[in-house]
Amino acid sequence: MRLHGVYFAVAAGSFRRYATYRIATAAGVFTNTVFGFVLSYTFLALWSERPHLGGYDQSQALTFVWTGQALLAAASLIGGGFQEELQERIRTGDVAVDLYRPVDLQAWWLAADLGRAAFQLLGRGAVPLAVGALAFDLALPASPLRWAAFLGSVLLGLLTGFGLRYLLALSTFWLLDGSGLNMLGTLLSSFFSGMLLPLTIFPGEFGEVVRVLPWAATLQVPADVLLGEYEGTALLGAYGFQAVWALVLLAAGRALQSLATRKVVVQGG
Amino acid sequence: MAEVPLGGEPRALSAPAVDVPEPAAEGPWARLCWGVRAYGFIAAMWIRSTMVYRGSFLMMVAGSLTLTALDFAAIVIMFSHVGALGGFALPEVALLYGTCTASFGLADLLMGSFDKLGTRVRDGTMDTVLVRPVPALAQVAADRFALRRLGRVLQSAAVLGWALANVDVDWSGGSVLLLVVTLLSGAAIFCSLFVLGGAFQFVAQDAAEVQNSFTYGGVTLLEYPPTIFAKELVRGVTFVVPLAFVNWLPVLRILGEDDPLGLPGWVDFGGPVVAAACCALAGLAWRAGLRAYRSTGS
Amino acid sequence: MTDDGFIVLEDVEKVFQVRRRARGRLRRERHEVRAVDGISCAVARGEMVGYIGPNGAGKSTTIKMLTGILTPSGGRLRVAGIDPSRQRARLARRIGVVFGQRTTLWWDLPLRDSYALMRRMYRVPEARFRANLDRCVELLDLGGLLEVPVRQLSLGQRMRGDITAALLHDPEVLYLDEPTIGLDVVSKATVRRFLRELNASLGTTVLLTTHDLTDIEQLCERVMVIDHGRLMYDGALGGLHEVGESERTLVVDLERELPPIEGIEGARTVRTRGPRQWLAFPASASAAPIVSQVADGYPLVDLSVREPDIEDVIARMYSGL
Repeated sequence: MRLHGVYFAVAAGSFRRYATYRIATAAGVFTNTVFGFVLSYTFLALWSERPHLGGYDQSQALTFVWTGQALLAAASLIGGGFQEELQERIRTGDVAVDLYRPVDLQAWWLAADLGRAAFQLLGRGAVPLAVGALAFDLALPASPLRWAAFLGSVLLGLLTGFGLRYLLALSTFWLLDGSGLNMLGTLLSSFFSGMLLPLTIFPGEFGEVVRVLPWAATLQVPADVLLGEYEGTALLGAYGFQAVWALVLLAAGRALQSLATRKVVVQGG
Repeated sequence: MAEVPLGGEPRALSAPAVDVPEPAAEGPWARLCWGVRAYGFIAAMWIRSTMVYRGSFLMMVAGSLTLTALDFAAIVIMFSHVGALGGFALPEVALLYGTCTASFGLADLLMGSFDKLGTRVRDGTMDTVLVRPVPALAQVAADRFALRRLGRVLQSAAVLGWALANVDVDWSGGSVLLLVVTLLSGAAIFCSLFVLGGAFQFVAQDAAEVQNSFTYGGVTLLEYPPTIFAKELVRGVTFVVPLAFVNWLPVLRILGEDDPLGLPGWVDFGGPVVAAACCALAGLAWRAGLRAYRSTGS
Repeated sequence: MTDDGFIVLEDVEKVFQVRRRARGRLRRERHEVRAVDGISCAVARGEMVGYIGPNGAGKSTTIKMLTGILTPSGGRLRVAGIDPSRQRARLARRIGVVFGQRTTLWWDLPLRDSYALMRRMYRVPEARFRANLDRCVELLDLGGLLEVPVRQLSLGQRMRGDITAALLHDPEVLYLDEPTIGLDVVSKATVRRFLRELNASLGTTVLLTTHDLTDIEQLCERVMVIDHGRLMYDGALGGLHEVGESERTLVVDLERELPPIEGIEGARTVRTRGPRQWLAFPASASAAPIVSQVADGYPLVDLSVREPDIEDVIARMYSGL
């Protein structure tokens, strides 16, 4: 069980590494704040016409915007994260070395990605949320329990997001154009996570489908937990939804990983 | 191994081996033309190399064509709940969307590799750029030229076409010209933002994201009518970061609407001038960045 | 341009401002690092010079200044009469650069495409390009590799590909930064043979940094040693031995196992194994009197003199200076 220590060290190392990118962090905070303002004004225009759209009042809608900006970097909703590094290792063939290491490839990158996310939640999430709260009237909860529930949901969302991006990164073995894949992944996640628009206002059957896709677990569900849409058993249901997607995607990642390993062994990288 | 003479016919060692006039010596205009030509053949080579994996390439184009439409889908969803946003109907917002994303798409296609500059500086591949007799700007801009980015341009063009067919405008030769000039100067403004962002990465290698605030953030902003934003914000993107010239001002003119700042009418035609100023600024910043790199080598 | 050299350095300096975080503090302190600290030398056209020194001695910084990548902080620098930092693009077409640790080729493209791009970048006439490529392919044994993407090449193949890329435009100077690093024995030999041939038949000036002293021994008449940004030695390879006060070794085989040889003037026994003994003496001294002393006092069967190892010599230089 000494290996658990390894993964913890990987996560801690990753946290520290991202902490050294000061300018990147400052630039990211600025970007998130800009996006937050832009989206806030569009939401204000929308909710002033339809005050209870999607079951949110105006301040809840704005809270949704800034929660999205706070999670944007941590959950890699519009890019960033570990996958570019892994793709580069796949492209250069260095991944062959990784596959023969005594540590598990998926667990290794998961640990690194969680370390990164932990830093970015603090370094890139807190400030935009505070700016949003100062500039607009947000419906942030007062209860520490609600915040704790939110963090639990964020963690499950990170696992789901990692699962999605791990599949994407491994696809580079077959589809070759890593940056193209990332672009497509980013477009999907910014739309289906609720980052552009809460999934609750997506109309009809399309809306119902969108709300059960895995991307919903990365932002829509955590934001709803923060807004108090899920309490008691409903909260367990929300957690369950996220956990199922996380497990399914991580398992799919393992399956794809073993296919990739076979490909590397057969082709020699 | 047999000794094979290397040089073929013997030649005078004191003479430069290849006698071609040096573009750098012929003045700035020749240098610019040479840079553009070099950009062209580097980009052409990248296109050829992506065509080797034609299936992968077609998938990426199709993917970006459909998936870039998702942000327009978000706007359509908004309009499924409301009839107008800030006084603008869907075709009018689509015109804003189409113009700014088409400009952005063009700029991204032409100059989309600048966000990798910090990585190049870090891993030392910038040095190999600098030992070649081609302007560094042309080499960096053409690096990893990705034709799949055409997907976004095509998608924007489709939305733009739909908007043009549905907005209530009496088209004249003048307004058509204004639209075309707007698209081009918008692309030039975004290109200069990419170059500025690249230049900044010479100083701060991990600052690739700074330019995202202005490019992606700017696009998101410009998709919506200026009437829904706070006046300070509109003022900021008119006078500080001149994004309003990408589409807001000229499109409002085409639609016959007044701009929320009440600027004099001729300002709406300022796009090309603003674009030229942005390009000049970006050029200066690039030179400064390169100079900083060459004195620190970091 | 002065007449005394093709590559001329006069008091060339490169100072970096390094900001480092002081331990346990948030504020960063500024340090001045003199990577190159006043180097003067001249290299004639057609020379082949080895440029050696430990990591961080300033070798790469010098090469970067000579290619125009870096601007010197002080001093005067000319390559073929050109100031590299002011006329980088003009110089670029007259020099070739090979960085051993990273390729100048395009990773995802076949070698042939990289070369075609080089041809256009350097505006090499088609006939000249084809002739140069054919010769490099033949001499560097690249046949059959032209269609292979660079990322699939082995290190040795890639290095040979990189050297070819640097020579397609007939450069007058070739800078090689660690050209044999990580290569197998066969590739190393091919590269060395090729460089000798290049220098001999075309008169290309070659400046080579390396960690592998065999490169220097086999290629360079002249060697420059740099440490802490200063030129410690500039001269013939043989002269290094004297500077380094190195020792040669006399290896003697006696009739039988004996206690260590004693009482030899100017030499001392450093090692024994069975009937064989090793005696060290200064490299500048003659071996003859030592051999005769040993032959007089001991039952000598065979002997040989070993030249000092250059690595050893340089290690001594660094520790002594």
